Amino acid sequence: MSVANERGERLSELRQKYGREPLPPRAEGTADTPREAQPKFRGLDSGHRACQGCGEALAARLVMESAGPDVMIANATGCLEVFTTPWPQSAWRVPWVHSLFENAAAVASGMEAAMKAKGRNTKVLAFGGDGGTYDIGFQALSGMLERYHNILYVCYDNEAYMNTGIQRSSSTPHSATTTTSPAGKERMGKRHLKKDLLSIIAAHHIPYSASASVAFPADLQRKVRYAMGIDGPTFLVVHSPCPLGWRHASALTIEVARRAVECGLFPLVEVERGAVTNVMPIRNVRPVTDYLELQGRFAHLMKGGDARAEEERAHLQALADYNIGVFGLKGEGEDPVDTGGIAAVGRSGRPAGRV
Amino acid sequence: MIEYRIHGRGGQGSVAAAYLLAATAFHAGQMCQAFPAFGAERRGAPVTAFVRTDAGPIRLRSQVRTPDFLIVQDGTLLQDAHITAGLKPGGGMIVNTTRSSDEVAKTFGCRALAVGATAMAVEVIGRPIPNTALLAALLQATGLFPIPSLAAALKDRFSGEVLENNIRLIDRVAASVDKDIWKEPAVA
Amino acid sequence: MLEALEGSQAIARAVALCRPDVVAAYPITPQTHIVENLSRLVAEGDMHTEFVSVESEFSAASVVLGAAAAGVRAYTATASQGVLLMAEVLFNIAGMRIPLVMTVANRAVSAPLSIWNDHSDSMAVRDSGWIQLHCADNQEAVDTTIQAFRIAQETELPVMVCMDGFVLTHTMEPIALPEQKEVDNWLPPFEFSRRLDPDDPKSLGTLVAPDFFAEVRHSHHGAMLKALDVIAAVDRDWEGLTGRACGGLLEVSGPAEAKIGILAMGSTLGTIAMGMEHRGPDVASARLIKLRAFRPFPAEALRAACDGLDHLIVIDRAISPGLGGVVGTEVAAVLADVPGAPRIHNHAMGLGGRDIPETVYTDLVAAIADPDAPAFSIFDADLQKLAPEDR
Repeated sequence: MSVANERGERLSELRQKYGREPLPPRAEGTADTPREAQPKFRGLDSGHRACQGCGEALAARLVMESAGPDVMIANATGCLEVFTTPWPQSAWRVPWVHSLFENAAAVASGMEAAMKAKGRNTKVLAFGGDGGTYDIGFQALSGMLERYHNILYVCYDNEAYMNTGIQRSSSTPHSATTTTSPAGKERMGKRHLKKDLLSIIAAHHIPYSASASVAFPADLQRKVRYAMGIDGPTFLVVHSPCPLGWRHASALTIEVARRAVECGLFPLVEVERGAVTNVMPIRNVRPVTDYLELQGRFAHLMKGGDARAEEERAHLQALADYNIGVFGLKGEGEDPVDTGGIAAVGRSGRPAGRV
Repeated sequence: MIEYRIHGRGGQGSVAAAYLLAATAFHAGQMCQAFPAFGAERRGAPVTAFVRTDAGPIRLRSQVRTPDFLIVQDGTLLQDAHITAGLKPGGGMIVNTTRSSDEVAKTFGCRALAVGATAMAVEVIGRPIPNTALLAALLQATGLFPIPSLAAALKDRFSGEVLENNIRLIDRVAASVDKDIWKEPAVA
Repeated sequence: MLEALEGSQAIARAVALCRPDVVAAYPITPQTHIVENLSRLVAEGDMHTEFVSVESEFSAASVVLGAAAAGVRAYTATASQGVLLMAEVLFNIAGMRIPLVMTVANRAVSAPLSIWNDHSDSMAVRDSGWIQLHCADNQEAVDTTIQAFRIAQETELPVMVCMDGFVLTHTMEPIALPEQKEVDNWLPPFEFSRRLDPDDPKSLGTLVAPDFFAEVRHSHHGAMLKALDVIAAVDRDWEGLTGRACGGLLEVSGPAEAKIGILAMGSTLGTIAMGMEHRGPDVASARLIKLRAFRPFPAEALRAACDGLDHLIVIDRAISPGLGGVVGTEVAAVLADVPGAPRIHNHAMGLGGRDIPETVYTDLVAAIADPDAPAFSIFDADLQKLAPEDR
């Protein structure tokens, strides 16, 4: 309770110092919508240089809103770092450091050790893309988790090296095309499976790890808040569509992310100390083609009359079915968790980009 | 400046012997330098360590090529005919062996003092670590530094039963070796 | 008060005296004893620090980067492959101007695998933008370590304290450590002007476009040059406290009238000095130049130190294949515009731990007379060991 108060006081103090003009008082008798009840601290402010429809920018803003002002961030090299901090400008309203591509978890470890040495409880966050997390920064991440640092690591997963122009990573889904896994006469895009990072993270038996999606902001923010309250290593992988790399319209970011969850290819699960403790159920499971058809990176799979394409589609459907089976994702009836999320990002009373 | 070279096998405490000898000299008011021949050797392989002692600061950092004294911690190393390489004329070797001093002296053509260090170490400290016994023999024969300086060096490194046993061991070895027999350099 | 200590043990205690808040290190020969001794100090409660046992040198460097960026004093140590694995972070630390101290227990770099001493490792990151100070003996290593924390803070530059692996790290010799109170009074509390602070949020390590990058490099270079005065001043100040100095930027000894100079970094010069002392009656004496600060490079002090010399023997403990000695090349460049500058004789020696005997002094002086001698050689290479075509 006292911690919450302390946070609240700090928040208002910082908001006064750096925040915008407060909103006019609300008319009496109107209740907070779930979205309005969220903390409004803008750790990542507007004016940065992300692409239109950037899933990562949206995800980072949502994470920062829930994380609050008393944090500091170690950010791996990647789009997020580049588009938020073109010197001498910065979109960050919290202490933020970028060192290298593969060491965000280790730099964060040092920052956390420093906070411990100082006797402060400022929470340290580490941000990385899938390249900096699944691949080149994987060792440093594993070390950080094993050493049990009090850090929330957030991986913004857009399933390829987008910062260098769409090269495959170990997070790129099977058969997706990138500039280093193109489709051609001999190849149907990436030949390898998307790495099951969450299982590897879970094998560190850390207190909490979870997957989230920008299509479900309420769920994402709940997970961030939950992780923030834990004194120990926590991990969040956020599915963040990249319109440029996935080749879909900028307006479709949320829809694409939603369909990834709804078809079972990107299951939203929570793992505590190695055990799955919660999943987001899918009310109406969609076929994976609903997800694939929106994206140019899977266009080669949607050609009629191509036996190879048919086989790859079946393979992806099998992967989705496997996830649904393993995590028991087939929910029945209304899901209380995701509705707020969908409503919150809708525009003009209609979910964005619904086709 | 007096230079020492210690030969042993990994696990016999040769490097520790070098540090102990240097610390002994230091406790006796001398300057010292001790270092191992930095190998990547494992247990049982031959290892070498070096010591220098002097009244003033020691700046030379090369390996000891012309030792005044040799300490050989393992009798099997005597099979190496080059073990006495560079030994200064008039120098001497302290050897952990069951062979006699005369026999070793004759083989290598230098002064030699044979000490049954392993047996004594097993008896007194319960472990076959010959290093402190050999150092005690060296001190007793040469009169270079007093035995209590070695005890002080041991106190820096050990405590409790290990320390007590080692001090009993060095006293016992000191009592078994004739004092100052090597005080003067031998006629080469 | 002197104590007989192993170099690594003394370094660990010197570091403890500086009260770093965070220590992160990964073990590697011959740095291991430093980490082990630090761990023991922590385990015994004699040192209060957040000791982060990382999974690689890469993370060790990253952890101390993060710690110092977050505003606390941090320390790490490594050697050889560890320096190279850290390399990317080392450039990053320096580029961000983060004050840190790192001990490098100098060791050769593989392949072929060698655990023994030379300067290939720190030489490989000479352009990283770190201050590099070399230590001639363990007393200097202790004193330089403590000085380094102050230099780092005053210059906002990271400092690498280079000490010869094994030759110093594993050598026991009499060493004086200052009292805790002395260090507490001498070393100001850690300050880093751009530290990460929720009360005053800053972004560090941002993307810099071409229109500002050159200016960043210019100011880093300028800071390194300004550090020359700081290094010298801190050493003088330390001398005021302890009566011991480490030679500032470089130290000259030997007869003033000597026409031959010998320049070296690290522990080599002690052996050479003894060689000079024990030289034959016909062998000339030499002026000995101990180069302590390799980065920043003390060009002006070096020109003054070489005044009046006909020959300057420069000893390198690493080589740049295809060029020769790095120190030799840099010394030649610095003296190039000096009228009547000495002729440079550049030799690498002691590579991969090859023992350097004191007789090397006489051999070096004798080699000057050889008119056919190449501008650079690996002085102690025994060419008979090679196939004829490789000699």
